[in-house]
Amino acid sequence: MTKPMTHETPGTTSDAPRLELIGISKSFPGVLANDNISLSVQPGEIHALLGENGAGKSTLVKMIYGIMPQDAGEMRWNGQPITISNPKAARRLGIGMVFQHFSLFEAMTVLENIALGMDAKIPARDLEARIVEVMKHYGLNLDPQRIVSTLSVGERQRIEIVRALLLNPKMLIMDEPTSVLTPQEVEQLFVVLRQLAGEGCSILYISHKLREIKALCSTATILRAGRVVETCDPAVETSRSMAEMMIGGSLKDIERGSQRSFDRQRLAVQNLSVPGEGPFGVALKNISFQARSGEIFGIAGVAGNGQNELLLALSGETPCESAEAITIDGVAVGTLGAKERRLKGVATVPEERNGHAAVPDFSLSDNTVLTARDRLGMVQAGLIGRGAPRRYASSVIETFDVKATGPGAMAESLSGGNLQKYIMGREIMQKPAVLIVSQPTWGVDAGAAAAIHQSLVDLAATGSAIVVISQDLDELLALCDTLAVINLGSLSRIMNVADADIEEIGLLMGGVHGDPDTKIKISEDVINAY
Amino acid sequence: MSLTFIIAAIVTIVGLTTPILLAALGELVVEKSGVLNLGVEGMMLIGAISGFAVTVITGNPWLGVLGAAAGGAVASLTFAVLVLQLNSNQVATGLALTIFGSGLSSLLGLSFTGRIIPVFGSIFPASLARDPILKVFFGYSPIVYFAIFMVFVVGWFLRSTRAGMILRAVGENDLSAHSIGYSVVGVRYGAIAFGGAMAGIGGAYFTMVITPMWAEGMTAGRGWIAVALVVFAGWRTGRILAGAYFFGVLMALELYAKAAGFSFLPSQFWAAMPYLMTIVAIAFISAREKTGSSAPACLGKPFLASS
Repeated sequence: MTKPMTHETPGTTSDAPRLELIGISKSFPGVLANDNISLSVQPGEIHALLGENGAGKSTLVKMIYGIMPQDAGEMRWNGQPITISNPKAARRLGIGMVFQHFSLFEAMTVLENIALGMDAKIPARDLEARIVEVMKHYGLNLDPQRIVSTLSVGERQRIEIVRALLLNPKMLIMDEPTSVLTPQEVEQLFVVLRQLAGEGCSILYISHKLREIKALCSTATILRAGRVVETCDPAVETSRSMAEMMIGGSLKDIERGSQRSFDRQRLAVQNLSVPGEGPFGVALKNISFQARSGEIFGIAGVAGNGQNELLLALSGETPCESAEAITIDGVAVGTLGAKERRLKGVATVPEERNGHAAVPDFSLSDNTVLTARDRLGMVQAGLIGRGAPRRYASSVIETFDVKATGPGAMAESLSGGNLQKYIMGREIMQKPAVLIVSQPTWGVDAGAAAAIHQSLVDLAATGSAIVVISQDLDELLALCDTLAVINLGSLSRIMNVADADIEEIGLLMGGVHGDPDTKIKISEDVINAY
Repeated sequence: MSLTFIIAAIVTIVGLTTPILLAALGELVVEKSGVLNLGVEGMMLIGAISGFAVTVITGNPWLGVLGAAAGGAVASLTFAVLVLQLNSNQVATGLALTIFGSGLSSLLGLSFTGRIIPVFGSIFPASLARDPILKVFFGYSPIVYFAIFMVFVVGWFLRSTRAGMILRAVGENDLSAHSIGYSVVGVRYGAIAFGGAMAGIGGAYFTMVITPMWAEGMTAGRGWIAVALVVFAGWRTGRILAGAYFFGVLMALELYAKAAGFSFLPSQFWAAMPYLMTIVAIAFISAREKTGSSAPACLGKPFLASS
């Protein structure tokens, strides 16, 4: 990309917005996904599209990218009315998209992956030269001959970005681009995006991370239930005010008692090591930490660094070799299986809701039997009691405000957030000594997330110890008392959240254990953003 | 061991190898596109009878080979419609295709039983093709040269062409390929038809070259060996060539041992071998996530586009 990029299409007025949507509507059977949406994006503008899950953001960008047609409304590109019938047509106009879930081919090289996304047939050597050129221009380092399965998540995202940039896009759509990145990777991404915007490329940035939007975007369009509720300047708004516009109500703060002391050790993990399983398994190496009564202990880290293995080791699904590796209230439980540990007071909520935490085609009441059976005596003489599971399920539904038709509703009929609330409630109401949760608010809307956070804090206040494994650093900082970072199966030193250093956490997540030479300077924006 | 004996042995091995090689190359392309077609045996049988019938009717073996390819391809397309359009289970549908192929070939073959056609042998002059030494190069049916040629064509196609790259991409991640805008179903139709045509030609080698007559079930499980070979070869063309010749040598050894009046393994073992190998191969496919092999990631999974 040595030649200067041109962003003017002949025959258009120069002051027309790059993209203008007028009254776009789209409905699916039973849902009005987009209702009369209008917005405009100027050249060189970084425009945020903000909303909860199900607010209609994805549907809207799918129409812009030509994946599906709109039912009603008009799109204008540089002032000209257009119809975008397929993604190829969108790319011809100069619209690029970086998907949330990368559409990459694991067993193929970076070069092949990019070539697959190109409409024009360019000889491999020329393409490689152009890729290297684009990467140099934007400071995106990547070896074109690497096999994708050997790359980190951030590097994979770079492939998608390079793929989009090779087309000299005039508008780039980024769908939740930072959900899997470390703070440093986020900062590197922002540098690229600002450079692009500076060259006149418009960016439509979809996210629900308000702090990032404040740091990056100049305009935000907020969607709720398929409608535009507000268009605002993120620099003027606060994160809180935008969140409240997003959920359409006031956001509750986490309330916790002021005087708390962690007097009693409830969970202790001592030199826990578990060998990795399979080619992608991560071995846990000498993990030690403790959680005291009333304490919420957070484990941060980028996905795939041993979080799943740790959860399985703590829950008892993979028993440890040494009984002393894990103790609950002073009792060594390391060699016990999941059922015995439950009897000792451990409750776990794994990351995967469907198929691990709950059986999708079981009713809610049957799903309670799966984990509450022994602690609450739901089974007598091998028979499942009729009343107890239903009563317990009903009380979980009521206490945790789960939107479901009743204890007989199938787990799969609940939305992600509601099912998560139900699963959390099912474990919390068993009053466990130790609760271990992984990704408690993954894919859950802000209202439900706030409720889940509050319930965790309330449980801690009753004297339970809680371990939260999460990729969402904001969540851990808001929720936890103490925190450590897991990277490649090792746990970092344990920090108090009150005096934790974001830059250090970011470096630990990236695996740089305090090596000063490799420190990446994080700009003021990101520090302020946190 | 005299030189003429060695050359005779090589000619035998090449003959035994060719049908397996053809069918395995076809199945490789099918599996690279993410489809597991266990109907190779059935398609070979349909190819065997189609090739034979066309040769009998037209008297032209070249048309016979084309007929065999067409027969195999048409048979494979019934599988393709079920698997790609109706999302039926690939393993079950492939088994059904084998059963269907053996039944249909028997039915079609009824009126051809007992007929004999000239062997579709070497097209080189007799001075080369019959020469006791030179026949090691010139003494084969054109199908043999075609099979060797196709090893390079398939290898080059998958490695170096854009179409081959797209085919691998479809087998690797069908949803991504779809979201980029490639026709997953279209690519797979093409791959399945190619696999059917190759299996058909492989089958025709039995009725047109090895024994120029029709007999029920005459492919004797070679289609299963081809399926297993693709897996054992780790989805690589060069290894398929080597593996096919390995089986060719094994089978030739058995033939010579039998001719010499002893057998180093009971004949039931040889009869059962294709099926044993298939079981092992399918266990390999199922275990691929643990072994981290180079199997196409979408192999055997139905493609359900979300939008």
